[in-house]
Amino acid sequence: MNRVGEIEKFSAEIPSETARGKLSRFVRRYAMQIGIVLVGVLVWLLFLIGSPKTFLSFPIYAAYMSTTPFFALMALPLTLVIITGEIDLSFPSIMAFGMTVYALVLVSTGSHILAFIACMAAGLVAGLINGVIVVRIGIPSLVATIGTQFFWRGVVLVITGGNGTGLTSAIGGVLHTGLVGRLFGLIPAQMIWTIIVAILVWFFLNRHRFGAHVYLSGDNVESARLMGVNVPRVKTLVFAIMGVAAAFAGVVVSLEVLYFWPTLGEGYLLSTLSSVFLGGTSVFGGTGTVFGTLVASFIIGAINAGIVAAGLTGFWTQLIYGLIIVMSVSLQTVLSRRLR
Amino acid sequence: MEYLLQMVNISKTFGEVKSLHNVNFEVGYNEVVGLLGDNGAGKSTLVKIITGYHRPDPGGQIFWKGQPVDVMTVAKARELGIEVVYQERALADQQSLWRNIFMGRELSNRFGVLDVEGMRRETARLMQSHMGFTSKAITPDSTVKTMSGGERQGVAIVRALYFQAELIILDEPTMGLSLSETRKALDFVNGIKEASKSAIFIDHNIFHVYPVADRIVVLDRGQVKGQFFKDQITLDNLIAKLQHVAQTGRLE
Repeated sequence: MNRVGEIEKFSAEIPSETARGKLSRFVRRYAMQIGIVLVGVLVWLLFLIGSPKTFLSFPIYAAYMSTTPFFALMALPLTLVIITGEIDLSFPSIMAFGMTVYALVLVSTGSHILAFIACMAAGLVAGLINGVIVVRIGIPSLVATIGTQFFWRGVVLVITGGNGTGLTSAIGGVLHTGLVGRLFGLIPAQMIWTIIVAILVWFFLNRHRFGAHVYLSGDNVESARLMGVNVPRVKTLVFAIMGVAAAFAGVVVSLEVLYFWPTLGEGYLLSTLSSVFLGGTSVFGGTGTVFGTLVASFIIGAINAGIVAAGLTGFWTQLIYGLIIVMSVSLQTVLSRRLR
Repeated sequence: MEYLLQMVNISKTFGEVKSLHNVNFEVGYNEVVGLLGDNGAGKSTLVKIITGYHRPDPGGQIFWKGQPVDVMTVAKARELGIEVVYQERALADQQSLWRNIFMGRELSNRFGVLDVEGMRRETARLMQSHMGFTSKAITPDSTVKTMSGGERQGVAIVRALYFQAELIILDEPTMGLSLSETRKALDFVNGIKEASKSAIFIDHNIFHVYPVADRIVVLDRGQVKGQFFKDQITLDNLIAKLQHVAQTGRLE
């Protein structure tokens, strides 16, 4: 991210005063986004140099587009939660809880569509419960959602008895084709959904009153409240959206592998959180961008693939994601202090 | 004479502590009232009653434009056009200027979709006409954290004026500001007067209140100890009286 300095130096060589001013203003305003794109390009170049044959052919990108959405779909709405100054750690368990409801409804009705609807409702309820505990009862979200994380995982294990459910009956159905089918036989449908969700979240965050209140609630709760922003409602809503997104991601993952494992969601906590923080969202709330999170999700996806390609074991992933989270939040804090 | 705001016989007791004793306080139309008093004099209690955060003890009455207000609530105060400008709590630091100006009252259509261009344009206009930001470095998209204390105070005051506040309450607007920044903040208070609106200026620094206030009300230990019209008293005279109040609790 010290690249931003170089761009400013470069802009000094442009003779026109206004053009220079505009460019440096642009750079300052989008410093985080430019930084994350550069990091992404850098990672990609490293892989390209390391293994040109793999990275110049399509299959590796098809694989990215198939697996990155699993957590990108949750990292996007999680960005909203973190901008409001809260956190949600319960979404991996909500994925599994939603799918448990899915499996129950599927077994009793045989309909994947009904099961999907029930699953979304379950996600909404779980998200609302998080919101109520945090907003109405006033428990710090870090603690509250650690609690619900264990609680929902427990519910899943009790109901399923630890047994999974096969989902092969979904093949050929509308839901399977619509969520995880291959567009033109090439592009995974979940990738399209990720882009749709990104556009929706971007729109509501930047071009809607709701998003304006999300930023204000996370930046200065006191002034937001004094100016008439309904902070409790905003926060409850972001938790509810997060719950629905987690349930949706759960369906996508399960349909892709055609099996629901009661351990579903484990392993997505770190990749989702690191996508948000690497994307430049402040851990203190108030700032963050959808674009940053989206690009960072693909960087995280690439690193995941890179770890495997480099011949490192899966044990390394935790170490590296942990490092990414700590480094990106520290770097952001130091940088924003310097810009002040 | 009709006042914009008139408070009659207001007392407030917290448990065993009587923070206000039978206070009579008024603010005229297009008048800037300086409210002076030491810490614990009851300034903030009085303000919180005006803004509806506290209810006065039974027996007190509040009138707005001559009409009695039965119960002053936070919502009622806002509806009447009473705005408080707090120094630290007014703005969201990491947000752009336009988001701060329209905080909580964003321009949007009935689906809640923001009119971002409209808000940017209005902010640019306000910056030129009311805030005196001529520097090219500050645009409607600049974040507030890059601004100085006086400028931020100005943004909060201009915001209140833009949304048709009738009475703007400034809670120690010069606290912690440098000399030149204090000058700027005081200019904004003059702007309130020019916009034909009223203000209550709370401070304990007489040198900041005196130049901008039309009338100065001295509050001490929960009671109004005196009022002075600026055109009837010199600054030196007022300082001497204030010292007397501070030492003895009485004006004469």
